[in-house]
Amino acid sequence: MTIDTKRIREDFPILKRQVHGRPLVYFDNAATSQKPQMVIDALVEYYTTYNANIHRGIHALAEEATGRYEETRQKTADFINAPDASNIVFTRNTTEAINLVMHSWGRKFLHKGDEIVLTTMEHHSNLVPWQMLAQEKGVQLRFIDIDDEGELVRDDIERLIGEKTKLVAVVHMSNGIGTINPVLEIIERAHQHGALILLDGAQSVPHLAVDVQELDCDFLAFSAHKMCGPTGVGVLYARRELLEEMDPFLGGGEMIRRVKLEESTWNDVPWKFEAGTPNIGDVCAFGTTLDYLSAIGMQNVRAHEIEMVQECMRRLASVPGITIYGPESPQHRGGVVSFNLDGVHPHDLGTVLDRNGVAIRAGHHCCQPLMNRLDVVATARASFYLYNELNELDAMIEGIEEAARMFRVPAPTGT
Amino acid sequence: MSQHLPEPEFDELYRELILDHYRNPRHKEPLADADVVAEGYNPLCGDEVELRLDFNNGTVTDVSFGGRGCSISQASGSIMSEMVIGKSIANVRKMSEQFNKMMTDPESEPPEELGDLEALQGVAKFPVRVKCATLAWHTLEEGLRQREEGGHEAHVEE
Repeated sequence: MTIDTKRIREDFPILKRQVHGRPLVYFDNAATSQKPQMVIDALVEYYTTYNANIHRGIHALAEEATGRYEETRQKTADFINAPDASNIVFTRNTTEAINLVMHSWGRKFLHKGDEIVLTTMEHHSNLVPWQMLAQEKGVQLRFIDIDDEGELVRDDIERLIGEKTKLVAVVHMSNGIGTINPVLEIIERAHQHGALILLDGAQSVPHLAVDVQELDCDFLAFSAHKMCGPTGVGVLYARRELLEEMDPFLGGGEMIRRVKLEESTWNDVPWKFEAGTPNIGDVCAFGTTLDYLSAIGMQNVRAHEIEMVQECMRRLASVPGITIYGPESPQHRGGVVSFNLDGVHPHDLGTVLDRNGVAIRAGHHCCQPLMNRLDVVATARASFYLYNELNELDAMIEGIEEAARMFRVPAPTGT
Repeated sequence: MSQHLPEPEFDELYRELILDHYRNPRHKEPLADADVVAEGYNPLCGDEVELRLDFNNGTVTDVSFGGRGCSISQASGSIMSEMVIGKSIANVRKMSEQFNKMMTDPESEPPEELGDLEALQGVAKFPVRVKCATLAWHTLEEGLRQREEGGHEAHVEE
């Protein structure tokens, strides 16, 4: 079964809007997704009916808000099949979740000479924190390269993950070119050598069924806003033993058990990592988001995106001068198609498409090393989600052809 | 094409003169043994440009402008190259100042001596593209600064 986009589109009020006089075609889902009405309603419901600070209040509103906040933690655990709600730490976003691991685990357990294995396709958020740690601790960074199809080089996985490796931090699905990495193989290799694995799930969790127990991953980070949820909510999943032995991230209220003037003791996990008043309203609304996606089924979302990607690549291939980056097989690729049009800079293409109502991303996608590796300064990127339809590709292809006419040096007549 | 481009500002952004400079950039061939080589970089979009300058007695005698960038940044550099050759450094500085003013204040009247640069006036109405237009000029200012300091390489980030 695939999904009924007509019915799903009814759930997303923004899809009714026009942009520059044309119907909105939203193909920038890898940057952020749109929100269904029920999630918007859940936010309004929080602020209009049970807004209160959580965990400490003894009144009815506080109890209700605490209940809904903690219920979302359980729903989040269920969504990725985590063993328990206490495996889930709420952060602001994926970036903060990864930084939390760097500070609370990396700074405590890594030492000079240890190695962290990354890939050349990492988003800056799963690269820069490790560069900071490397500078501070003298830890070495090693990079698994990609081949010409944008897939990880298998030999590098074998060669680079070894006895000195303490952590393998790798993107599950590339936001830049869509590659779905062979994480099972990488995780097995890492664990053979006693290394931990951190998966950057910012793109995978919103688009694939991800099961942390089946994967046997140690850390998984993702964001609510890329999966129909509100901005300002990130998730760190971690194995319980790791959370127990890690140091706190930020100090302050909620993360403590007992505070004296000179020292304090820490709260239980996961609250040890949630100092200060968290983003209560958005977390509660994220619970509704998870209900929404679960009802549709992540397998169905994935099947729909394979169909979108297949058709998008087929249509793009018919335009002269198009280069598509990343794996050829839609099975190896999430709902992301990164491309360039010969002679037209992606920013110009993005501006022309915008005038046609089509929202894509143009730039380096926070993956400058990946762009260097592909030998481009930037790409245009169309990225899909459950509400996109095959016929929306018409507006994109029309805009691309128009940009080609505008910017290219006209071919000499007679050729 | 017009039914796809209903809004006048769009035509203002991509004026025919800009498209012409983009398709046929002037002074693109890198100057050999230039007095100054300045690099410009826009981290927002990854665009990289290289500006080479020759001087004689306080006058810009030759320029080359190359690199990778969008139509706006490439056209801006191409037009700039044409305009600054043969001008005194003081004059070039004044043009740069006027151009930056035009880019940051969409309401300002472009001074007449800006010539072809006037074609870039519409860019000011597209805030996300302003840095594309100013990259070449900021690189030029860096090149001039570098000449004063007697250095050879300069690097500017938008």
